[in-house]
Amino acid sequence: MNLRSTLQTALGALLRNRARSLLTMLGVVIGVAAVIVTVAIGAGARVSVQQQINSLGSNLIIILPGSVTQSGARTGSGGASTLTPQDAIAIAGLPHVSAVTPVVTVRAQVVGGGNNWQTSISGVAPTYTYVRQWALAEGTFFSDADVASAAKVCILGQTVVTNLFGSSDPIGKTVLIKNVPFTVVGTLVARGQSSVGQDQDDTVAVPYTSALQRLTGGTFVNEMMVSGDDPTDTSSVQSEITALLEARHRVTSGQDDFQVRNLADIASAASGSATVMEYLLASVAAVSLVVGGIGIMNIMLVSVTERTREIGLRMAVGAPSSAILTQFLIEAVALSLIGGAIGIVLGFGGTYLVAFFANWPTVVAPESVALAVFFSAAVGAFFGYYPALKASQLNPIDALRFE
Amino acid sequence: MSVPVVVTADLHKDYTMGDQVVHACDGVSLTLEHGEFVALMGPSGSGKSTFMHIVGLLDAPTSGRYELDGVEVGTLGKNTLAALRRTKLGFVFQSYNLLPRTSAVENVELPLLYAGVPDAERRQRATAALGVVGLSDRLVSQPNQLSGGQQQRVAIARAIVNAPSLILADEPTGALDTAASLDVMVLFRRLNVEQGITILLVTHEPDIAAHADRLISFRDGRVVRDEVTKKVVAA
Repeated sequence: MNLRSTLQTALGALLRNRARSLLTMLGVVIGVAAVIVTVAIGAGARVSVQQQINSLGSNLIIILPGSVTQSGARTGSGGASTLTPQDAIAIAGLPHVSAVTPVVTVRAQVVGGGNNWQTSISGVAPTYTYVRQWALAEGTFFSDADVASAAKVCILGQTVVTNLFGSSDPIGKTVLIKNVPFTVVGTLVARGQSSVGQDQDDTVAVPYTSALQRLTGGTFVNEMMVSGDDPTDTSSVQSEITALLEARHRVTSGQDDFQVRNLADIASAASGSATVMEYLLASVAAVSLVVGGIGIMNIMLVSVTERTREIGLRMAVGAPSSAILTQFLIEAVALSLIGGAIGIVLGFGGTYLVAFFANWPTVVAPESVALAVFFSAAVGAFFGYYPALKASQLNPIDALRFE
Repeated sequence: MSVPVVVTADLHKDYTMGDQVVHACDGVSLTLEHGEFVALMGPSGSGKSTFMHIVGLLDAPTSGRYELDGVEVGTLGKNTLAALRRTKLGFVFQSYNLLPRTSAVENVELPLLYAGVPDAERRQRATAALGVVGLSDRLVSQPNQLSGGQQQRVAIARAIVNAPSLILADEPTGALDTAASLDVMVLFRRLNVEQGITILLVTHEPDIAAHADRLISFRDGRVVRDEVTKKVVAA
């Protein structure tokens, strides 16, 4: 008896008992759908955590000057003046760096629109919007040419806009920063408070060259912000930067006059907890898959008992044990595979509903679908084997006489 | 003289029921020649059915020797026995044992399925067998759409579809009325005469047994009577 006719026999038996087949499948259907939906929700949670981390800045790495000792007193981190705009330009050339901006910070009184307001002025490069993942609300950011010419242009944060201009449009207006007139060319979108309660919108961005030449009169920058090109591997970028700066500053490891920090710790902690949640959800779903498998075994056992005379007859007309074993095994595997397929469809549907109604990002991983298919087949084979073996080992005459 | 279909020598079959040993077959030695039409009679528990199940390779004897078409079957494995059942034997049961919700032609195809006969040939042979039993117009009928007599004829078609040497019929008319019983016995006789199939029939109705050429009576696991009641038709 070849495989094809065994397959016909097994599928025929399932079709003859449609209602029972459907009920049996139900367990696997729910199990597989649950696995797909919960894994998708878990993955969605991880993505959303990742997005929140990324909103702090794109794979952000921060470089601060080291501390110095002056007259016996040590300054804190960032107290030293060691980082120059030229360092930033050199860092931009590193292979795994996608963007870098120097940051020159100075607090100053800003006058404009008939009001004045003290705020934090950041002298930055045009890459700032990318590095901070911060879009413009209006206007355009200043260009590399503005940086080269130390142009007197500025971008206002929303808090500054409100305090100086109220509801009127600030674009094209002039503000005085430390009595230097700057033209407003753009405004940043509102970002709200940072994680430590600072108002991120209380800021003004100007070209770092303008900040150095016109506001601080220095040559050193307060910090640098770097975007790595790979969110999963900021540490190799960190070591590249460290090596480059050590070479440029002619210091050896251990005597660094700068510090390189990243947000990887926060990111990994957050995505770690997302992973834990994902596993938790998936294992709950896996339990339901196992329960579905036991349902299949129960029905197959009942089926073997109910069809004992049929098995006897098949043996009487010459079916070898192996054909009986294969038939019942195929029935069980087919039940769980078809159940698995329906479960996948329902899983996608459920995932879509969750995304739609709960407004939760969901990601259906192809792996979870493959896993669900594999497990539903395995469940069928595993839980179908015992009843099938039981059926195939019946003595023909005992089976035929079974009442 | 050709090899007999069935030769048994001192066949024993013991069952243990509680602490009692029942000798269902207690030294049965019988020979069935090709083309014979034999009826086995005897009261319930006389061992006639047990003997038939051993002959049908559905049950194994406790001791003794059994040759089917010259092949000693005592030492054969399960798969070889299954192969012998599907090439040499056909079964007809009192309760028909047709697969429910399955068409007549598919029921008849069943032995060929396990014999690995290709689809087209299978369908053609099953259709031919149903023609032999006079059910050409009921190919796609399911058992619950057929009368008892028709169902039994489907079962007979299933028994002859693999061209067996021997048909074993266990009370084939037990569930049928007189007219349908007569039809079935006439059909057996036709198969016996036209196709030369040996028929071994278990019954406890004397008028059914009267259709056979040879009558064997069992009592307490032994053959108590074995006589030719009609002149065997020359093959």
